[in-house]
Amino acid sequence: MTDDKDVLRKVWFGRIPTCFTLYQDEITEREAEPYYLLLPRISYLTLVTDKVKKHFQKVMKQEDVVEIWFEYEGMPLKWHYPIGLLFDLHASNTALPWNITVHFKNFPEKDLLHCPSKDVIESHFMSSIKEADALKHKSQVINEMQKKDHKQLWMGLQNDKFDQFWAINKKLMEYPPEDSGFRYIPFRIYHTTTEQPFIQKLFRPIAADGQLNTLGDLLKEVCPAAINSEDGEKNQVVIHGIEPMLETPVQWLSEHMSYPDNFLHIGILPQPAD
Amino acid sequence: MASSGSLLWAVDIFGRVYTLSTTGQFWELCKHGQLEFKRVSAVKQCCWGIACDHQIHVYVHSSDVPIRYQEETYENQRWNPVIGFCEKLLPSDRWQWSDVSGLKHQKFESFALPSPHWEWESDWYVDENFGGDPTEKGGWTYAIDFPATYTKDKRWNSCVRRRRWIRYRRYKSRDAWAKIPSEEDPKQLPDPFSDLSVGGWEITDEPAGRLSVWAVSLQGKVWYRENVCHHNPEGSSWSLISTPGEVVQISCGQYDLLWATLWEGQAIVREGIDRNNPQGVSWTVVQPPVPENGISHVSVGVNVVWAVTKDGKVWFRRGVNSHNPCGTSWIEMVGEMMMVNVGLNDQVWGISCEDRAVYFRQGVTPSELSGKAWKAIICSRDTDRSQTGSSTSLLSAGCFFTDDIKEQSNSFLRSNGDPLSDAEMPLAIASSCLPGLADGDDRHDEASQAANSDVNPVADTASTTPEEAGPASDQRLTPVPEKPSSDQDSRPAELQWTNIDLKEAGKTPALSVSAFAETSSLSSFGTLPLGMEDRYGADEHPVWAWVSGGGCLVDSLSSLKWFMVHSGLASSGQSLCPSITPAQTAVWRKQIFQQLAERTRRELENFRHYEQAVEQSVWVKTGTLQWWRSWKPYKWIDVRVALEQFTGNDGTRDSILFIYYVQLEEKKYLHVFLNEVTILVEILNEAKHSFALYTPETTKQRWPIRLAAATEQEMHDWLALLSMSCCESRRIQGPPSHQAIWSVTCKGDLFVSEPTPDLEAAAHPMPCDQMFWQQIGGHLRLIESNSRGIVWGVGYDHTAWVYTGGYGGGFFSGLANGADNIYAQSDVKNVYIYENQRWNPVTGYSSRGLPTDRYMWSDASGLQECTKANTKPPSPQWLWVSDWSIDFSVSGGTDREGWQYAADFPASYHGQKTMKDFVRRRRWARKCKIVTSGPWLEVPPIALWDVSIIPELPTAKEECVALWAISDKGDVLCRLNITRQNPAGSSWLHVGTDQPFISVSIGGFHQVWAVARDGSAFYRGSVSPKKPEGDCWYHIRSPPKQKLKQVSVGRTAVFAVDKNGNLWYRQGITPNYPQGSSWDHISNNVRKVSVGPLDQVWVIADKVQGSHSLSCGTVCHRTGVQPMEPKGQSWDYGIGGGWEHVTVRGNATEIAKRASWEATVEHLVESNNSEAGESEGRGDSPQSTLFVDEDHSLDRNAVQC
Repeated sequence: MTDDKDVLRKVWFGRIPTCFTLYQDEITEREAEPYYLLLPRISYLTLVTDKVKKHFQKVMKQEDVVEIWFEYEGMPLKWHYPIGLLFDLHASNTALPWNITVHFKNFPEKDLLHCPSKDVIESHFMSSIKEADALKHKSQVINEMQKKDHKQLWMGLQNDKFDQFWAINKKLMEYPPEDSGFRYIPFRIYHTTTEQPFIQKLFRPIAADGQLNTLGDLLKEVCPAAINSEDGEKNQVVIHGIEPMLETPVQWLSEHMSYPDNFLHIGILPQPAD
Repeated sequence: MASSGSLLWAVDIFGRVYTLSTTGQFWELCKHGQLEFKRVSAVKQCCWGIACDHQIHVYVHSSDVPIRYQEETYENQRWNPVIGFCEKLLPSDRWQWSDVSGLKHQKFESFALPSPHWEWESDWYVDENFGGDPTEKGGWTYAIDFPATYTKDKRWNSCVRRRRWIRYRRYKSRDAWAKIPSEEDPKQLPDPFSDLSVGGWEITDEPAGRLSVWAVSLQGKVWYRENVCHHNPEGSSWSLISTPGEVVQISCGQYDLLWATLWEGQAIVREGIDRNNPQGVSWTVVQPPVPENGISHVSVGVNVVWAVTKDGKVWFRRGVNSHNPCGTSWIEMVGEMMMVNVGLNDQVWGISCEDRAVYFRQGVTPSELSGKAWKAIICSRDTDRSQTGSSTSLLSAGCFFTDDIKEQSNSFLRSNGDPLSDAEMPLAIASSCLPGLADGDDRHDEASQAANSDVNPVADTASTTPEEAGPASDQRLTPVPEKPSSDQDSRPAELQWTNIDLKEAGKTPALSVSAFAETSSLSSFGTLPLGMEDRYGADEHPVWAWVSGGGCLVDSLSSLKWFMVHSGLASSGQSLCPSITPAQTAVWRKQIFQQLAERTRRELENFRHYEQAVEQSVWVKTGTLQWWRSWKPYKWIDVRVALEQFTGNDGTRDSILFIYYVQLEEKKYLHVFLNEVTILVEILNEAKHSFALYTPETTKQRWPIRLAAATEQEMHDWLALLSMSCCESRRIQGPPSHQAIWSVTCKGDLFVSEPTPDLEAAAHPMPCDQMFWQQIGGHLRLIESNSRGIVWGVGYDHTAWVYTGGYGGGFFSGLANGADNIYAQSDVKNVYIYENQRWNPVTGYSSRGLPTDRYMWSDASGLQECTKANTKPPSPQWLWVSDWSIDFSVSGGTDREGWQYAADFPASYHGQKTMKDFVRRRRWARKCKIVTSGPWLEVPPIALWDVSIIPELPTAKEECVALWAISDKGDVLCRLNITRQNPAGSSWLHVGTDQPFISVSIGGFHQVWAVARDGSAFYRGSVSPKKPEGDCWYHIRSPPKQKLKQVSVGRTAVFAVDKNGNLWYRQGITPNYPQGSSWDHISNNVRKVSVGPLDQVWVIADKVQGSHSLSCGTVCHRTGVQPMEPKGQSWDYGIGGGWEHVTVRGNATEIAKRASWEATVEHLVESNNSEAGESEGRGDSPQSTLFVDEDHSLDRNAVQC
């Protein structure tokens, strides 16, 4: 019997092969070779692209290197979304590797947040974790932790240390035995075809009748369009590049398939026409 | 799960007895018998109760081990020249049938079963065992004359002979209420009983299962039940204990506390209860907390006394302990209770005055004995799920008061509830007032007295004014005609009864459903989960009269499910809980695993050559530790320590541990590659949190690198990190394989090692100092395994544990890996110190010794001073759970005060004082407890001494795995239905023996050998998968002048260890003669042996000399063991310094041997046959000794010596 813990590992060690190419209009001193990298799905673009930056810096003038940003097929990629989510939303049904264009000029102020340093990523990440725990445990677990535990979560993510991260994160995934789950499930649903960036509502893991709420229940309640869209188009419900069955209990999903920020990031994409 | 919990007993106001398991969610009706009860007093193994007929009953829990008692009688004969030995004895001789002394005439017919609850197990038979040796002559032993020394052999001058006949009787009334037989002599008969209390089992272990049973009769007399123990659960007779006044109620703690309450409201405390005098000596009176309200109820534990006064107030007695059983003062507690009951661990339950619910006192810990808050136990009864309960409740309502009315009202009510018959009862209640009892202040005693009073069954209304009772009876009448209606109607009817019984009707007139919701006000926590109120209100609410927690173990580990209602809906929600089993099989789950695997293939397969975005950089942990310098003068010096982890070119990880120190103002360092480290082991040392790090080199030297941290936490952090790095560098992942070799240190730490195929290679086996040992969480005394992955362990407290297949636990808990299958585990062991005294002509024995003497309070050796105050638990993980007490179970025996005498220190001690003795000592013991975690689940309820699992090749076909065990009482047991899927098995099968056993081993082909407590060996015949318990024991003669203590049976080889540390091989075993012919000496200095499925032999050697030091308790491997040479040639020394146990019985991996096994077995048999005859005379058998230099100093590096 396969262990639920294996899911955590599989989720953690998910990698997306990526090809970074420099935007054609960037001025270079010599031709820039594309750069190939395996990106961790659960991490953030600006956290894991030091090598990319260094690679392209070499062919550019020092003064032209300002703030790096990434774009895929004309779409600026939000660094504050996990990489896996970005891939699932924008590139999931395309050929690999994922072709990302690297920019150093013309920062799209209206689309992206600035990311001057890793501290910004850290504070974004930690605030997500805190928000998630507020939903799950009224912030009780995260507030009881020490500063060094918080640091360990972050360092675990930053250095890709599964054990280091989960040693602490498991506390965030616990709940009192008399409850059958969290208070509310921290989730965000991203619907590529709508304007709204994402949907986030209060949703309990256990229904009033004591039954476990499933992924299907969740979608029915907060995003009914996702499962029966009016034009008859079928949608994919994607988490970490897979499509869990709608019968899957959300509590289980939350415990096992949340991103390190403790949120379930669920992508709703139109079914590809073959 | 239900079976693993312990039970809380309670009686509702209708006299129905219920139990609630610590792991359960429902009150379960005690189904056996139609009896109604007034009082129960439970302990772990049984429950005593007073039924409504005032008879005392005992309910002994069933167990796989029968309660049996051995009756014996001796047949005596005298020789005469005419017919030889015959029944004709001289007139001066003893009877032909007598007891052992010959003074008592004992014929077979004189033995009668003591009560109807017993049955004979078999007929009389002759005991063939004489002092550990088989007589082989019909059990006869010979002597010159009666009484004299008997010998096994007949001599020319043997004029008399005798033999012992034995017969077992068995207690049969288990899991049922057995009536305690009344005294036959009417004059001796105590009047009807009104209260009883059971406890005192911690006063002494002898005889096993001894209990103090105290009872109070209606006239206020106190009675003590004689001789209640495991093999005599009913006791033998009642003894009257005089009291200073009329006693109402009594409470006996598990140790030496005994309190009772008097009619006048004082409490009396029994003084002088001890091992020699469990009845105690005298009473001391304790005044109630407030003079105007006397004590109505009292309950005691080990260090606590709780009381209830007549106004319902609850009091806690401060300062109570063994030395001061009266305590110092009363503290008033929150809440009003009818009664309180103290159970195991000094936990407290009570029945509230307000709603008569059972409350549990939360937060009772050794440091806070008074607890924090009352919390209502609101789980429902199992019967509530199936029945509406209304009509039966009403029926029993009539039954509660007395059996006279019971029959009457029963019959009436059953005949469709004629209202008239009901009307009679309340009227009777109202009219019958006992003048002497009509004291208004006595209002609170009524509940207990009510049930007890035989003289007047309705005496409880004594204090009820007719005005109060009147309306109640009116209300009582109304619902009866509506009885077959819904719950809604019947509930109020029951509540009104509550009012009558409580007498609180006047004070709290509106006792309604809302009162239940308010119960939470007593608790600091909300008792009712959100949205539960409705459901709860609609439920029928049990109304309790009595509760007993004397058998109910609640500790910090327990997670009780008592505090919420589990209805059908709630439990269905729970069973779907995603983290438990049903989810494991769900389709959605499988699908997620599949998709994840697909995703990995899709996104990673073709791109593995890509660079990783995040480099697995060097990871360093640094810190300050202390290091035990490895040259003289040895001492702890401060060092800086750094662990550097790096990734090799081939992707493997390795780490180096650097230890930086300063010597002669020069900075130096030493370093260890973690892939060379063979073991990291904590060292038992009170002063330091230290651990040892061994490599093959330091194992040879018997001198590891020792490091100490400032705190236990820091040490565990280092140990966890270093262990993980070791495993990483050796690429060891996941749980141990089925082949794994397990070992246990004297500290109870568990280690496991993966055997390589060349470990048992015929030529050039891997040296066992190179074995890598990985720690596994948990605390055990021994572990046994087999090659199908079945692993069992036994704790110091004799609890049996089964391995769950997980890994980690203990201090590895912080690391997320393998957290599955890890559970809380606890163990209890004794810490011993010695009190030493010397005799002098002036004062006799005193604690004033000679200047050259040892410390007057010391360890066993006398070298270390150990006083009661300065002796600490073995490590900070251990907490004291008892006070110091004299230990009488010392080898050699003790006198009544626990002293052992000797001519001088140190010498051999004996239990009786003689003229030549000038010194004496006695041992004090104190229990301490560890709570840790590991991949172990308890196998309740029988405590074990030894266990053995059949060694098998992995290809074995049989479904069930044979496991034999010895219980802590010496019973031989055989576990049924153990499979891979169910490694805990289902139940024990008891295998009868004529004496207690201490060791058992089951080898290949179901060969079972065992060792009895008298040191003799036994072979069990005809054990097979079809007949797992075999048929009979064959007594095997021990090696000359030796008493065996342990046996281990491999595939065919049988090895045994005697009490003097000699290792013996059983010669001459053949399929036709599996008992073998003789014992061959192999080695001395052996503590324990484990023979594996390849007949490989491993031992724990007592002492092994290394190049730098010496270590006690070393794992050693017998080399040169071949099918033709089962005794092997020499020893290879492995890890050591404090090892207690090793098992190699899982390791069946040896390539060469397996193929040619069958042939070699035959060979072996042949060679054994030819050898058997001559082996006796041969002096050149392959002997080797584990020789050590005795002068060597104590091993400081050992885990502990």
